[in-house]
Amino acid sequence: MTTNSPSKVHVTTTINGQQHELLVPPYMSLLDTLRELIGLTGTKEGCLDGNCGACTVSLDGRIVDSCLVLGAEVDGKNVDTVEGMATPEGLHPLQQAFLEEAALQCGICTPGILVAAKGLLDNEPSPSEGRIRHWLAGNLCRCTGYDKIVRAVQKASS
Amino acid sequence: MVETFEPKTDYKVVGTRPIRHDGYDKVTGRAIYGGDMKLPGLIWGVLVRSPHAHANIKSINTSAAEASEGVMAIVTGADMPEAPSKLVDLGEGNVNFKWASNKLMAGDKVLYHGHPVAAIAAVDRHHAEEAARKVVVEYEVLPSVTNVTDAMSDDAPVILPDLVGDDLGEEITNTNIAEHMRHEFGDVEAAFAAAAHTIEREYNMEMVHQGYIEPHNATAVWDEEDRIKIWTSTQGSFNARTQVAGILQIDVSRVKVTPLEIGGGFGGKIPIYLEPVAALLAKKSGRPVKMVMERSAVFETTGPTPGGRMVIKLGADANGILTAATADIWFEAGAYPGALIGPAAMCIYAPYEIANTRIDGWDVVVNKPKTAPYRAPGSPQVAFAMESAVNELCEEAGWDSLKFRMDNSSREGTRRGDGVLFGKVGMDEVLEATKASAHWNSPLGDASAGKKRGRGIASGYWFNIGLKSAANLAVVSDGTVILTEGSTDIGGSRVAMAMHVAEVLGIDAHDVRPSVVDTESVGFTDVTGGSRTTYATGYACWIAANNLVDELKKRVAILWDINEDDVDFNDGAFSSKAEAEKTIRFKELAGKLGDLGGPATSTGSVDLESAGDGFGLHIADVEIDTATGKTDVIRYTVVQDVGTAIHPSYVDGQLQGGAVQGIGWALNEEYYMTDDGVMANSSYLDYRMPTFLDLPMIGTEIVEVPNPLHPYGVRGVGETPICPPIGALANAIQNAIGTRLYNTPMNAGSILEALK
Repeated sequence: MTTNSPSKVHVTTTINGQQHELLVPPYMSLLDTLRELIGLTGTKEGCLDGNCGACTVSLDGRIVDSCLVLGAEVDGKNVDTVEGMATPEGLHPLQQAFLEEAALQCGICTPGILVAAKGLLDNEPSPSEGRIRHWLAGNLCRCTGYDKIVRAVQKASS
Repeated sequence: MVETFEPKTDYKVVGTRPIRHDGYDKVTGRAIYGGDMKLPGLIWGVLVRSPHAHANIKSINTSAAEASEGVMAIVTGADMPEAPSKLVDLGEGNVNFKWASNKLMAGDKVLYHGHPVAAIAAVDRHHAEEAARKVVVEYEVLPSVTNVTDAMSDDAPVILPDLVGDDLGEEITNTNIAEHMRHEFGDVEAAFAAAAHTIEREYNMEMVHQGYIEPHNATAVWDEEDRIKIWTSTQGSFNARTQVAGILQIDVSRVKVTPLEIGGGFGGKIPIYLEPVAALLAKKSGRPVKMVMERSAVFETTGPTPGGRMVIKLGADANGILTAATADIWFEAGAYPGALIGPAAMCIYAPYEIANTRIDGWDVVVNKPKTAPYRAPGSPQVAFAMESAVNELCEEAGWDSLKFRMDNSSREGTRRGDGVLFGKVGMDEVLEATKASAHWNSPLGDASAGKKRGRGIASGYWFNIGLKSAANLAVVSDGTVILTEGSTDIGGSRVAMAMHVAEVLGIDAHDVRPSVVDTESVGFTDVTGGSRTTYATGYACWIAANNLVDELKKRVAILWDINEDDVDFNDGAFSSKAEAEKTIRFKELAGKLGDLGGPATSTGSVDLESAGDGFGLHIADVEIDTATGKTDVIRYTVVQDVGTAIHPSYVDGQLQGGAVQGIGWALNEEYYMTDDGVMANSSYLDYRMPTFLDLPMIGTEIVEVPNPLHPYGVRGVGETPICPPIGALANAIQNAIGTRLYNTPMNAGSILEALK
């Protein structure tokens, strides 16, 4: 028995400031849309059920787990990923602080945490330690024990 | 004769904190991890898994799956090459290829829930998953056993009919006991008879998972010469090559493994799970095949480290000196032997000098996933039992537990529980640093209303391993050096390798460009595990750098037309012994090499027996809500002898990360099994590892007692810090609520029980 391919959804979306026109299978997550259709593999897969935060992206300025969003849902929206944080002039202050503070070990959770932390600092330039911990509680890291990540976010705060 | 080194302090590069070379790619999303692999014509593979913990496979019908849209290949146990039952040493544990093969694709029987029974490759992941649902497997469900006591009972189902167990040297069959081993020294019975204080307690622990955020993955393709190329996230590419070749029954020279960036391992990415299956799917389909494991399968079928049962008895004289200890340890191996009771026995008494000791360990097969190393495998479990028993002995006798640890501490010449005598170790220095630490000298503070506070300490130990490593160097004309090495970098090891080279050559760490390369670009290198990487691969880098200096002396001799024995090298400059003012720095020389004999290269390789023992002690302050049973860790400090800290930030990170994994193990993590042998909490939501919100900042006190076995004094660092936390928290909880917990996890429910 064979089934026919489901028809695809036409999506126009802005990813890291650049417009993309895509045909997205209706079952495909935003995570796979970014990784498989666009080739932006900086956004990582950790669990596919919204519990690790490795796939965190910004959707119209709100941080989301891209494994829980369908690619078809981002039509007309702005998606920002880790690949959009640095500019030709240099790294984002959070990226620089993560390097200086040794806030990554294996680095697999780093893109999601950077995007989430940027979401915090964009709205709250000087968060407390408690606020940072609360905001990032949806992003798991198994290597660092979180200490150096908190310090790096504090360092990047104004 | 093992070469030894005198400690130095006047380093230029060692002890500094350069930014890691691979960091830029990792903070920008450019780094390529295993799951990011792409190849032209790539298709996806998925596994079909058993819903039962123990069952005979009566039939597998793949016809509907074969007809499913986009399917390109199907593999079942019948396609797996028959591997002989043979033990191969992989550094942190042995592998039997017959069982290793059977573990990743069942034959006629499934032995654990989630055991793969078939694999499907299709044009993409979605179509592969759709087809996998159409595989029909008929099972005859068998009774299962999921703990050591049941597995050892007389009426237990025998999980591996061909298992020949080793009971103190005697062969046993028709059993779930793979091994029973013993170490005994002195006269234990007489010592207990003479002891003024004794204590005997039982401790039980559930399995836990390493919890790395990156799922297992593999990409495989066959080339025109019928050689298999593998890209994967592994702790050891050469180790993966050995396993793939052994399971596929082909020569190792026909396997090339390229390690991609790895998203955590902690021991769990030493075994392989997907690579040979991806290879078989690639063979059948004629296409490159990629597999990425789903998170529930990561929990249900990979990694866990043993739970088990431990009974410990301690005896001390009236002055608070330990005189006798016995331990009986039963560890769950999972569905195949290998619960790493050996390392547990090596570690259990290590922080203490005890004249009369006995350890009995049992490696017990159960219907759960095959266990894998997890950061100091076996040591955190026995440290929980030992450190709890030590504190309870002190509580009963009225002794101060830090003074007791100082009075009984291990030092050079102390005999470990398995008979090995310690060389230069830093346990005394760790205890002194603890006593002097800000944390130890700060009051616990008052608990808020409805809460209780407590403080606990515990020590921990890992022996650290040496093994084999290789490194290559090549000088670039601009004065930089290309370093290629084979240790996959899980936590910043590239920069530590570069620092080893830079220190010798007198150049900046960023003038050395380190790369982790494939199995055909550098000499054999053992796994990134056993806390060996900075020690052993760093040592190989140091040798390569010294060999490079020797090579460059020849070029300087050509340049100045003098004998190479008359060339000196100090602080990055070559000089003439005869004319002291005649000097040339490394960078300048590098630009002239084209006319001085051509490219300058060197290699270094090592095979090291030990990496120098690592001791630590942790201080934990907790606050417990007596209404909910919830434990908050409010202050935590890690004290550890690391030998010499090459890059103190990454040493710190190892201490903090290990401690937090131990905190999760102590307070919440467990394999929660149903009566049918199904893991009921196989998601991050239900397994519930520590989050940002669960923890305080983790203080560190780095103690440096240089290891004479390494040129810069490095000891292994990464594993010792996971050993003390469970005991430290058990002791802190006891201190807070006045009741001792003997089982993990020490979660809110068990604390509420204890408060009743």
